[in-house]
Amino acid sequence: MISDGVDDEEKWLSAGITGLQQNAFYMHRALDSNNLKDALKYSAQMLSELRTSKLSPHKYYQLYMRAFDELRKLEIFFKEETSRGCSIVELYELVQHAGNILPRLYLLCTVGSVYIRSKEAPAKDVLKDIVEMCRGIQHPVRGLFLRSYLSQVSKDKLPDIGSEYEGDADTVMDSVEFVLQNFTEMNKLWVRMQHQGPTREKEKREKERSELRDLVGKNLHVLSQIEGVDLDMYKEIVLPRVLEQVVNCKDELAQYYLMDCIIQVFPDEYHLQTLETLLSACPQLQSSVDVKTVLARLMERLSNYAASGAEVLPEFFQVEAFAKLNNAIGKVIEAQENMSIAGVVTLYSSLLTFTLQVHSDRLDYVDQILGACVNQLSGKEKLDDSKSTKQIVALLSAPLEKYKDIDTALKLSNYPRVMKYLTDGTNKEMATVIIQSILKNKSCISTAEKVDALFELIKGLIRDLDGNPHDELDEEDFKEEQSSVARLIQMLHSDDPEEMLKIICTVRKHILTGGPKRLPFTIPPLIFSSLKLVRRLESQNESVSVEEATATPEKIFQIVTQTIEALSSVPVPELALGLYLQCAEAANDCDLEPVAYELFTQAYILYEEEISDSKAQVTTIHLIVGTLQRMHIFGVENRDALTHKATGYSAKLLKKPDQCRAVYACSHLFWLDEHDSIKDGERVLLCLKRALRIANAAQQMASATRGSSGSVVLFIEILNKYLYFYEKGVPQITVDSVQGLIELIKSEMQGENTTSDPAADAFFASTLRYIQFRKEKGGAVAEKYEPIKA
Amino acid sequence: MVLVLALGDLHIPHRAPHLPAKFKSMLVPGKIQHIICTGNLCIKEIHDYLKTLCPDLHITRGEYDEDPRYPETKTLTIGQFKLGICHGHQVIPWGDLDALAMLQRQLDVDILVTGHTHQFTAYKHEAGVVINPGSATGAFSSTTYDVNPSFVLMDIDGLRVVVYVYELIDGEVKVDKIDFKKTTTTN
Repeated sequence: MISDGVDDEEKWLSAGITGLQQNAFYMHRALDSNNLKDALKYSAQMLSELRTSKLSPHKYYQLYMRAFDELRKLEIFFKEETSRGCSIVELYELVQHAGNILPRLYLLCTVGSVYIRSKEAPAKDVLKDIVEMCRGIQHPVRGLFLRSYLSQVSKDKLPDIGSEYEGDADTVMDSVEFVLQNFTEMNKLWVRMQHQGPTREKEKREKERSELRDLVGKNLHVLSQIEGVDLDMYKEIVLPRVLEQVVNCKDELAQYYLMDCIIQVFPDEYHLQTLETLLSACPQLQSSVDVKTVLARLMERLSNYAASGAEVLPEFFQVEAFAKLNNAIGKVIEAQENMSIAGVVTLYSSLLTFTLQVHSDRLDYVDQILGACVNQLSGKEKLDDSKSTKQIVALLSAPLEKYKDIDTALKLSNYPRVMKYLTDGTNKEMATVIIQSILKNKSCISTAEKVDALFELIKGLIRDLDGNPHDELDEEDFKEEQSSVARLIQMLHSDDPEEMLKIICTVRKHILTGGPKRLPFTIPPLIFSSLKLVRRLESQNESVSVEEATATPEKIFQIVTQTIEALSSVPVPELALGLYLQCAEAANDCDLEPVAYELFTQAYILYEEEISDSKAQVTTIHLIVGTLQRMHIFGVENRDALTHKATGYSAKLLKKPDQCRAVYACSHLFWLDEHDSIKDGERVLLCLKRALRIANAAQQMASATRGSSGSVVLFIEILNKYLYFYEKGVPQITVDSVQGLIELIKSEMQGENTTSDPAADAFFASTLRYIQFRKEKGGAVAEKYEPIKA
Repeated sequence: MVLVLALGDLHIPHRAPHLPAKFKSMLVPGKIQHIICTGNLCIKEIHDYLKTLCPDLHITRGEYDEDPRYPETKTLTIGQFKLGICHGHQVIPWGDLDALAMLQRQLDVDILVTGHTHQFTAYKHEAGVVINPGSATGAFSSTTYDVNPSFVLMDIDGLRVVVYVYELIDGEVKVDKIDFKKTTTTN
């Protein structure tokens, strides 16, 4: 049935076109032979094809366009006729003899156009006459197209300021009246269209109707093009009349389309000056009309207008645009009870964009909007549909984008209140937006109070909300998220040490709630922030009276120690140990021996109890020895305890080469150039000898397991250490001991069952080159190297 | 002519949020032939970023790098020069030139690039150079006060290498240049 219907329509359309073309052919012949009578006869017959009611609007349009083209030719003919002496008044009478009303009115419109151009009668009379007569067609589709034709042929002949048709008798007012009347009639036809035909096809009909909307809207476009429609006339006549029609037609489709049309076709400044009128229509529209989109588009237009230049802003202030829009939104929400929450948020989001553009200095307005939004959200479930989530993220992001400064957002008391209505997922998303904004704009958050507020805002990233663990989250995403928090922590800074300490404590309070997965990300940046503060205090040279200050290095070290301890719940012993050592060195710089000792102790405990992976042990030993080597505040007793332990750990590493290297590294713990108190050559030598023993053992092991002795590379390394201390003037390192080592290496390398090792060869060669190089250097160094025979 | 970027100790995100924007705008893909990174990036994001600048990337392991695939030391040959990379926390005393020189002899390289101290240095030593490009982000260091972000660009041409040091001081990028000529060819 349905497919038949479509096929039938095609048939009817092609039959219509055939009929039209046939008559057009005869009409052309009549035009060519200047036969007015035949021309009228055939054109009327041609136009009769438009009387069909079998075609859908879409197909009817195709037919109409063909007729339209033919009518252009006829119009030219009419023009020529008048120049040949035919009276236009007579022609105007003559065409009315056509038998059928529809062809008659098309012809009348066509002649009317020529009539106006001839100026033999006032344009307004002709226009009025025709527009009245068009009432004769009440079939919606036929009527709409006929009036559309009228609008088309008349639009360039409307009396307007500066147009040739303006005269004493013809004013802009007449044009406006004419267009408004045509508009009103067209709209009525259009609205009525929905009631034609069976109810079951209503949906299809509405779709067809929607296709015809531009025919109606065209009138508004024509109105906007009339020069003479100035602000006053728009305000007094055009807008009220159009709105009257819009409101009274009580049709959802028409109301939505026409409101949007008004907003799009008329100039921005007109909207601003008539805001009240325009907005007052909104609550009067049918409740099914998508008013929020209409308003959103209005605000979008006005925002763009405001963005066009600062010079237009006073206009906005003068008409109190914000108050009016805010008020209208409230009324619309009230009037449309079933508006979705996404719709509500969309409205406020648009208003916010508008406000940020127009009243960028009025934070109170921004807060007011957020407050209004909270009122609408209160008592409702958390927002979890994607549409409203998207809108609310847009709403909350807008102030950040505008002010490029989190400080401003933190001043908005309603900002966190809106955040409360977000689901955990959205809260996180928003928190990420906030952090990105801070990082992008390099905003510095400088008071503990603000930091506290900020961490409340972004709590979705700081801790698991509602006991809902993040196990469903992708590992990579989680890392990225927490890295951004780590970055954020570095943006929190105050030049005042007291305030900075408060900030540190505030951050600590928040991040310690984060649980074991987050701590490895959040604790290190906080520790380094704290150490930076320590360094600042150090350079202040106690200019502030120490008794009053709470921000003292001692206090900070207490806090960092407790903070690092929290890592034991994770556990990440290597990270924690590294941090202890960093702190120990900072304590060293502050001359706080007990603190430094305690920190080292903590590091050692971790090493003994937690770090069991042999590779991790090697790295950790390097860090322990490297740090300890730099510590100069320890008294003999403490120092002995720590160095003794460190060498002990070194000698207990799993792999012999690692043992050997760690032990010779320990030799540096006993000889510091710049500290006379730390110059213990005996123990340097002990370390190096011990390293040699281990190297020997390593080689024996190699020969036992592989049948050939291992590489001599460890011996060469130790030789280099001997040279190092020899050059430093360690008395226990003698020429003989260096020489002995060189000989040992040489004989090892020439040994029969030695595996050849090009790397070791190159190393030894370059070491010997170095000795040679030193000899050639001259001065005291050369003298020292002279006795060594390489 | 070959351009080699040397950098390290970024410590992102523990000690610095980002590579300085001024550096980022200078480092554009396609200009650099090799990247040498001494380690402590610390996150993968930075690895990926460096990879976009130049796919020929050589990284050694810093004590904070999670990626276990980074080696402790690495050597490579570019033109007539043999280069060695090491983070440097393994070389005690830290930043000590004589201790580093031993590593240079051990790796048998003309140019040794290390990090860890966050302090830019470049020494001509015996027949080679020992370079520390500093910290590219100016990250906090327990050994160095007032760290300025810095990196090194090496222009290797035949037997000559020009070391350019870019340092960010009070928001301005300062460039320094050190010339080094090699007397013998690597065999």
